[in-house]
Amino acid sequence: MIPYLVRRTAILIGSLFLAAVALFVLLRLLPGDPANALLPVGATPEQIEAARRELGTDASLPSQFLSWLGGIARFDLGKSLISTLPVGPEITARLPVTVPLTLAAFVLAVLIAVPVGVLAATRAEKWYGPVINAIAQLGIAVPAFWLGLLLITVFALNLRVLPAGGFPPDGWADPGTAVQSLILPVVTIALVMSASLIRYVRAATLDVLSADYLRTARALGATAREAMWRHGLRNAAVPVIAVLAMELATTFLGAVVVESVFALPGLGGLLVRGISQHDYPVIQGVMLVSTATVLAVGFLGDVTQRLADPRLRIRSAS
Amino acid sequence: MRKILAVTAALTLAGVLAACGNSDSDSAATSDPAAATIQISSVYEPQNLDNTAGGGQGVTEALSGNVYEGLFRLADSGAVEPLLAKDQKVSDDGLTYTFTLQPNVKFHSGKTLTSADVKASVERVTAANSKSARKSSFAVIKSIATPDDATVVFTLSSRSISFVYNLSYVSIVNAEAKDLTTTADGTGPYKLGEWKRGSTLSLTRFDGYWGAKAKNAGVVFHYYTDATALNNALLTNAVDVVTSEQSPDALAQFAGNSAYKVNDGKSTTKLLLAFNDKVAPFNNVQVRQAVSQAIDDKKLLSSVWGDHGTLIGSMVPPTDPWYEDLTSVNAYNVDSAKALLTQAGFPNGFTFTLDTPNYDPHPTAATFIKSELAKVGITVNINTITADEWYTKVYQKHDFAATLQEHVNDRDVVWYGNPDFYWGYSNKQVTQEIDAAEQAKTTDEQTSLLKQANKTIAQEAASDWLYLYPQIVVASSKLSGYPVNGLNAQFFAYGITKS
Repeated sequence: MIPYLVRRTAILIGSLFLAAVALFVLLRLLPGDPANALLPVGATPEQIEAARRELGTDASLPSQFLSWLGGIARFDLGKSLISTLPVGPEITARLPVTVPLTLAAFVLAVLIAVPVGVLAATRAEKWYGPVINAIAQLGIAVPAFWLGLLLITVFALNLRVLPAGGFPPDGWADPGTAVQSLILPVVTIALVMSASLIRYVRAATLDVLSADYLRTARALGATAREAMWRHGLRNAAVPVIAVLAMELATTFLGAVVVESVFALPGLGGLLVRGISQHDYPVIQGVMLVSTATVLAVGFLGDVTQRLADPRLRIRSAS
Repeated sequence: MRKILAVTAALTLAGVLAACGNSDSDSAATSDPAAATIQISSVYEPQNLDNTAGGGQGVTEALSGNVYEGLFRLADSGAVEPLLAKDQKVSDDGLTYTFTLQPNVKFHSGKTLTSADVKASVERVTAANSKSARKSSFAVIKSIATPDDATVVFTLSSRSISFVYNLSYVSIVNAEAKDLTTTADGTGPYKLGEWKRGSTLSLTRFDGYWGAKAKNAGVVFHYYTDATALNNALLTNAVDVVTSEQSPDALAQFAGNSAYKVNDGKSTTKLLLAFNDKVAPFNNVQVRQAVSQAIDDKKLLSSVWGDHGTLIGSMVPPTDPWYEDLTSVNAYNVDSAKALLTQAGFPNGFTFTLDTPNYDPHPTAATFIKSELAKVGITVNINTITADEWYTKVYQKHDFAATLQEHVNDRDVVWYGNPDFYWGYSNKQVTQEIDAAEQAKTTDEQTSLLKQANKTIAQEAASDWLYLYPQIVVASSKLSGYPVNGLNAQFFAYGITKS
């Protein structure tokens, strides 16, 4: 396990470096000049040139890249070209919205998907097996923003039990309001996410149900329920864990749309604004933090998968 | 089944939470309006809090007139009124402006305003690294003197009748203040409360204000990126007023509801079909006139804005002092357009590319123009570009035949006097009139010269001014005293009361 962890960590760091390079290069390929976004109509060419010098965008690309990498090593993501404010604090200020939103949505989605998915598989012959399946299929087709708007219309505009959007200015110092403002966004993401998860869980459970070892367990005297609990779920969990890690990552990135619909001051808003203004340090900062999170989640997913499945450990040892 | 249970559980929890904590800070409004906090929603969040460092329109909206004041104020009516300048004297040659400051004006930090602060504030705008839109207007300043704490003297290199107007854009800041990108130190009726980036900016009443104090205890600007979210906030009473509706789609839900008031104010934002006046075929006046006459602006306006907005026949909006109704010049007339095209040597029309910014309302307008011009035989190729490409290709390189663009500023007809501006309109007489207007001795003289220039550009169809945007403020009907015209994107909040 230790050599595996070392190797896997090296891969993690290597991927992060490659991601940083790709991010930097791809952004510079986009047409446009941040100096333009900064200056008002009527700016003189001298003003534009001065702005470029000030922003450092007149320097050569390799030297810009190296200075960015150097900054990262010192945990300094640089300053926004547009607002002139440091990017790091800007990102950390938004994590108290995006992180709880993502995690709560993820947990809720798993809480919905695992029981429902198992039920859909083990009760495939009952009437609600296919119904769950059909609803899940429909759920996959529903865009998150649309579901968000629907929930807003029902619970905020008509029933008036929850806010339509926004986050309290005092943030988590006002926990009641903070939780309230996250309920609809969390439910939105969780419902959309659970739709696809249900199908994975169902498929994984169905695979397991037809497996020989389950039949053997039954032959040895276990009830269907005992066999499922002791042997089935653990085996079904292996592919689902891999999917879960990916889902958590996409939730984190997909929160962008939902944050905008619910006017939440999260990372998504920062990213969208950065992109529209060619604010390289902001885009790079947000993307790097997101990429690092996704890679870290993938790392944890791989390790968890190994812990759940001894066969993977043996194969890597040989 | 469990899915439904889980949802039910979540919603029950929601209901419980809502029941125990759902009181908007102001829904339990006290009877004293001076104790109320006004909740304002807007799409213009500042980039940072400093207008000379690229803070943008959001700074003007939230801070101008509220936290910061100028020597003069551009009132909602378009008039320029003295503010921190108590008294002004202009020398006979128009080159020396002497201002006496209001006495006993305190900054929010407690410091007393002196002439040194005024000098430093203007120098921030004219500094080498300034990103202020007004920088070029102050190129005429030769020197600034501060003979005593209450007097500031500007010496100009040439007459500039707009000087006082331009000064209304300069926020007077504490010369000793540090880091004005995240903090503020002005003399206005509010001091900065807290700015939660991506979310809210609050202002609280400054009790040491030198003039009439704000009529409310404070205001909170709530920032949205999504228009639906912005309108929902008003519908759920999370906010009291929306400073500027971005599309007419949402207005129906407010228009028929007595709990809200929809205000149609006057904006200064014009939608232009700008020709490259230097390049064929649009270097031909008749071609420009023909295109202008072939487009039914009224139909376009109503398709974009419904019943809102107004038609203009030229660059000058109604709140500029030299406004004149020129909608009859080059008005919609397809027959006349065809005749003009024939005279210009294009009886069968021609083809041109229309560079179209990819954000509303430009794509809609482009499609409309394409179908209108097809009726007179002109083929339009729509080339969709980003705002940034527009800036580089059209604005900087002048590499275009025609383009669509919104021009937001007031008093910006003067760009037609600059032959090097992106549209390349060059008419010696107009340039002279516009230069002379700036050198005018009286505002009457300035007004009459600019009226003349404006008439000429309208007749020559220097551009086609499609329409003037509406400025729509939607507010709770409990609210009064808010500005409706939004000139220069300002939103003076000190007069707002909530009953």
